[in-house]
Amino acid sequence: MSQSQQPARVLQQLTFTLAGEEYGIDILSVREIRAWSRVTRIPQTPEWVLGVLNLRGAIVPVMDLRLRFGMTREGYGPDTVAVVVAVGERLFGIIADSVADVFDAREDQIKPVPDLGAVVDTRFLKGLVGDGERMILLLDVERLVRPEEAEALDALLAPVDVQAVA
Amino acid sequence: MSTVDLRQFHQTFFEESLEGLDAMEQALLALENGAGDSELVHTIFRAAHSIKGGAATFGFSDLAAFTHVLESLLDELRGGRRAADAETIELLLQSVDCMRGMLARSRDGGAVADAASESLRERFAAMLGKPVAGSAAGEAGPGLSADGWRIRFRPLPHLLRTGNDPLRIFRELAGHGALVVKQVQPLQQPRPAFAELDPTAAALGWELELHGDIPRSRVEGAFEWVDGDCELDIQLLRDRRAPRPSPDTAAPAAVREPAAHEAGSIRVSIAKVDALINMVGELVITQSMLGDIGEHFSVDRLARLREGLAQLDRTTRELQESVMRIRMLPIGAVFNRFPRMVRDLEHRLGKRVKLELRGESTEVDKTVLEKIGDPLVHLVRNAVDHGLETPAERVAAGKPEVGTLRMDARHEGGNVVVEVVDDGAGLRRGPIIAKAMQRGLVRADQRLDDQELAELIFQPGFSTNAEATDVSGRGVGMDVVRRNVNDLGGSVSVRSREGGGCTFTIVLPLTLAIIEGLVTAVGAERYIVPLIAVVESLQVPAQGVRHVAGGGELFHFRDGWLPLVRLHAVFGCSDAVTAIEQGIVIVVEAGARRVGVLVDSLVGQHQTVIKSLESHYRRVEGISGATIASDGSVALIVDIGGIVRLAGRRKAA
Repeated sequence: MSQSQQPARVLQQLTFTLAGEEYGIDILSVREIRAWSRVTRIPQTPEWVLGVLNLRGAIVPVMDLRLRFGMTREGYGPDTVAVVVAVGERLFGIIADSVADVFDAREDQIKPVPDLGAVVDTRFLKGLVGDGERMILLLDVERLVRPEEAEALDALLAPVDVQAVA
Repeated sequence: MSTVDLRQFHQTFFEESLEGLDAMEQALLALENGAGDSELVHTIFRAAHSIKGGAATFGFSDLAAFTHVLESLLDELRGGRRAADAETIELLLQSVDCMRGMLARSRDGGAVADAASESLRERFAAMLGKPVAGSAAGEAGPGLSADGWRIRFRPLPHLLRTGNDPLRIFRELAGHGALVVKQVQPLQQPRPAFAELDPTAAALGWELELHGDIPRSRVEGAFEWVDGDCELDIQLLRDRRAPRPSPDTAAPAAVREPAAHEAGSIRVSIAKVDALINMVGELVITQSMLGDIGEHFSVDRLARLREGLAQLDRTTRELQESVMRIRMLPIGAVFNRFPRMVRDLEHRLGKRVKLELRGESTEVDKTVLEKIGDPLVHLVRNAVDHGLETPAERVAAGKPEVGTLRMDARHEGGNVVVEVVDDGAGLRRGPIIAKAMQRGLVRADQRLDDQELAELIFQPGFSTNAEATDVSGRGVGMDVVRRNVNDLGGSVSVRSREGGGCTFTIVLPLTLAIIEGLVTAVGAERYIVPLIAVVESLQVPAQGVRHVAGGGELFHFRDGWLPLVRLHAVFGCSDAVTAIEQGIVIVVEAGARRVGVLVDSLVGQHQTVIKSLESHYRRVEGISGATIASDGSVALIVDIGGIVRLAGRRKAA
């Protein structure tokens, strides 16, 4: 989905803010953006899986990226959104502070992620793209739900994600 | 013919043929039981005839040849020239099994005929007296039949490489009548030296005579698949009339619907589809009415809006029920295999059994229907093999010589109850306990009541039969039955009276997609407990609880003590009621275990559509699925077995 043989392909990114940083998700994997609504908590689940919501009859898990990245939880406000993302056949929601806009990232301008120290967990980033003052961290959505990384999203996710990442 | 890919019809052919065989089997069993209805013979004949037609069209020539001989025999039965005696029926029943095997092999693409089918075919031919075949109704057109045919068949060299085999053609011809090889000629003149022979090239041509009253189409049918790969000349034997081309008569009979069946298709009665269309029609009317109200809305139309919404509610519910009903099929489809099975078991085991089937029209979900077959087969085998006694034993015990095996299906609430009842010896306490002690399941000083005794037979590998028969007793069985039934969300139990027989009861949910659920509140959260598991809900006073070593809690229920599972603790809910006397305890049954589940309060009872958590997330222990509540939020359905396990682990930790 993200890699390509052709140079200088433009990858459109949906950008959103989280803890003051701007993140981008490959727009092709975004299914919809929803206003924040209460989710149903699931027991026996890591903290960063907030729960599940009803997406037109489908039961979709929602992930709080702050918690996923090891930050502390903030309250959810009127700008808080759930970005519903598809990985393979599966859907999941990502909680973001707010959605910014759509950014055209030329593939050859994507830089590897420098070591950001303890600020951000870089495991879930696949690159970084800059535009003057602006810096957008590109999220690796497959990796976010990948079983090796996410001990709780166990082997059941494996058939889809391992392929998607490989 | 070659322009159409016939394979697309194969699935339909197999399905229809298997249905035909089922019908044939039932009719044969009815005949055997003395129902002298000529319609039965017609049913059998029709089934064989359509299988033959289909087999010939789709090139399953072995199957066609087999059914052909069968059909000739049936034709004699139908014409009253042969009596439906026990031997004939036995042979015909064997042929049904044989054809099932042939169909399976046709589907898998292997060799279709086997030793059993060939020997059966020979026996049929022998019964027919002379190896004369033919007279399939309607196929022998005027002027087209004769004493026989002279066939000149010279394969082109590449014929073998097309996958055709002259021997198979000859075998098929021999199935139609007496086949005489008049002459064998080498195709090449002079004959090539042995070392130069190409084993993949045809080298011989034949001149054959086929004797019998056989329609030309059938002779040509045998050569259908080598058309264009050989020189073929078919002439009448007697009057040597010029051969008339005859249309392929078999093809239109079988090519009926071009439906490309996927695995797992379903046949739906027109009535159900009509009901569905009706419902959708009403939905459309309601929708336009609501749309109209919405467009020109004013407060005085509020009443109409309410009315419309109520109508929408009703129609949607009815629509849902109708759609669910499409998946519902009568359980008779499963029951139907048992008369034959019981009959064969009787013969093998030297027992006498009267099988009673009741409630065959009880409808169950298709998935349930598919999965309930194997457990029922196990139960019936067990009942005939272990349960029912031999006639001598029965007479000695003062029972009628013929044992009774009753299968009964009925709806009870939201469940389907299937019972397998025998009037045999019942569970034999002595051997079962001996076996259980041997396997270390019970201690010598343990006193077991009937229920505990019955539980033992559901242990894996538990069999008391000294020798494994080929029917049952190999130690796989009851545990598999229980597991299969549990997988369907149902339960199986047994009641036994020593000397008086056994009753196995299977309780299954009506459908797997909808459950009746008890909505409970725990803190701010809502959990749904499947009603099928609920025994009772009650308030337990604080003094009714005992703490036991290891952190477990027991509470007083009726005249015993049950373990208490605190749902808020298992699921980690905050703000929940922790004092037992302020909450509600729901007594639930998981397998054979009963536990009490503590919740804050009961909210109501709802029919819920089960959604999978796994399709986008993963399996969560203690949760069997989710459902959408009336406010659009997600409510989780409690997996009773799962929380019992979870609670056990918490205690151990």
